[in-house]
Amino acid sequence: MKTTPLNATHRRLGAKMIDFGGWDMPVQYASLLEEHHAVRQRVGLFDVSHMGEIEIRGKEALRLVNFVTTNDAAVLQFGQAQYSGLLYEHGGFVDDILVHKVAFDHYFLCVNASNQDKDYLHIVAHNQFDATVENAGSRYAQLAVQGPRALDTLQKLTPVPLAPMRYYHFADSTVSGAAARIARTGYTGEDGFEIYIPPADAPRIWDEILAAGAVFGIKPCGLGARNTLRLEAAMALYDHEIHASITPWEANLGWIVEMNKGDFVGRDALARRRVGQKDNGPTRKIVGFEMAGRGIGRDGYEVCINGAGAGWVTSGGPSPTLNKNIGLCYLPCAHAEAGRAIQIMVRGQAVDAVTVPTPFYKRKR
Amino acid sequence: MDPENLRYTKEHEWVRVEGDIGTIGITFHAQKELGDIVYVDLPKSGAVVQAGKTIGSVESVKAVSDIYTPVSGEVVEVNGSLAESPEILNKDPYGTGWLVKIKLSEPGEAGKLLTAAEYQAYVGTESS
Repeated sequence: MKTTPLNATHRRLGAKMIDFGGWDMPVQYASLLEEHHAVRQRVGLFDVSHMGEIEIRGKEALRLVNFVTTNDAAVLQFGQAQYSGLLYEHGGFVDDILVHKVAFDHYFLCVNASNQDKDYLHIVAHNQFDATVENAGSRYAQLAVQGPRALDTLQKLTPVPLAPMRYYHFADSTVSGAAARIARTGYTGEDGFEIYIPPADAPRIWDEILAAGAVFGIKPCGLGARNTLRLEAAMALYDHEIHASITPWEANLGWIVEMNKGDFVGRDALARRRVGQKDNGPTRKIVGFEMAGRGIGRDGYEVCINGAGAGWVTSGGPSPTLNKNIGLCYLPCAHAEAGRAIQIMVRGQAVDAVTVPTPFYKRKR
Repeated sequence: MDPENLRYTKEHEWVRVEGDIGTIGITFHAQKELGDIVYVDLPKSGAVVQAGKTIGSVESVKAVSDIYTPVSGEVVEVNGSLAESPEILNKDPYGTGWLVKIKLSEPGEAGKLLTAAEYQAYVGTESS
């Protein structure tokens, strides 16, 4: 199994380890619920070094990035990041990614761990430009510092002023003296930072962040809390809300598609399959739900309307912040609006639920 | 850690036999593996259950785990406090976190289950 540079650190901290797409990762330390609340109320530290990095360099780096992604990378300023999609020709997702503009001839992509090699080969296969593609995952460790006190914690360890840094912007600086790319991004619905650092420095930086955050009540957090936090924020998870058979239109991710930027992989299919295209428009859409009856709708459970199968749960579980059982599911477009009565099949029993607007949780700014 | 006076299953349930009543629950190891427990689904009083069959489920934030009854009989009491406070299962799995009491129809069954020492040996091999 693949390990991050922090594997021994997690074991020393008593983490429960799981196989996450071939990576030996901490799912929780002492308590998933306490880790979740720490991020909502204070600050949490995640090892997300399993995430992949792909570097695109060269005179036509932008042309390649814009040809393989859905969003328009041409609008990015230096030091700005963007949420985007990689699509197949048929319009389904290869992956969802973050694109960072480092220089006019250098873009830095953060991709999902288990998709890294697939993404790399996909981009290489479409590289008809004067650009190089590097599968750079092994050159970076990644930590996420998330929560209302993330800024106060990280500021102690870096000279770059963090308060003026805008959401979805980044700076190349240092953390604890080591070279670091510091981005104001995250996957929790809270303010926070994701930092890309040399693997050899990761154990020391991890310890120094925990020490810097101790006064704020920082907790090391596992992938379990990462999942409950992102679900409350209704952020997509690959292989759940999105995968090769799902288009951005269906996944409520039309906002990361710029159809007018010129040709890109998947554009023709998206044009054919967009809303309003007779016979080919989306038939299903992602929608949030809350359980009304006793029971928890979980990933893969069937969704029924008036007793007939209508869709499936993509992610579902308890919301520690809202103290409700929530989830996301695909439903026929005609039913994909808030306030509809649906039923989730929980181990053979139909349990009442109701569709609700998303995100389930939105932080106060 | 696992009380000597209980019997255990490889599915991580325990049973305490007092007269013709068997009280069942899940083990310390089971609750630790599950993590924070948020929901417990139990049979109703009067349900007739058969050893080795599913009688309900325990859910943590992350996972669902079936409960298999170690003994056969009729459910005579259900731990109602778990509906409101499922976290009791994490805090006190051998005490206030019991699940159901069963009037035993096959009183010999419990004797065939694992002893505390056998269960600990089993958990040791499973986790290594």
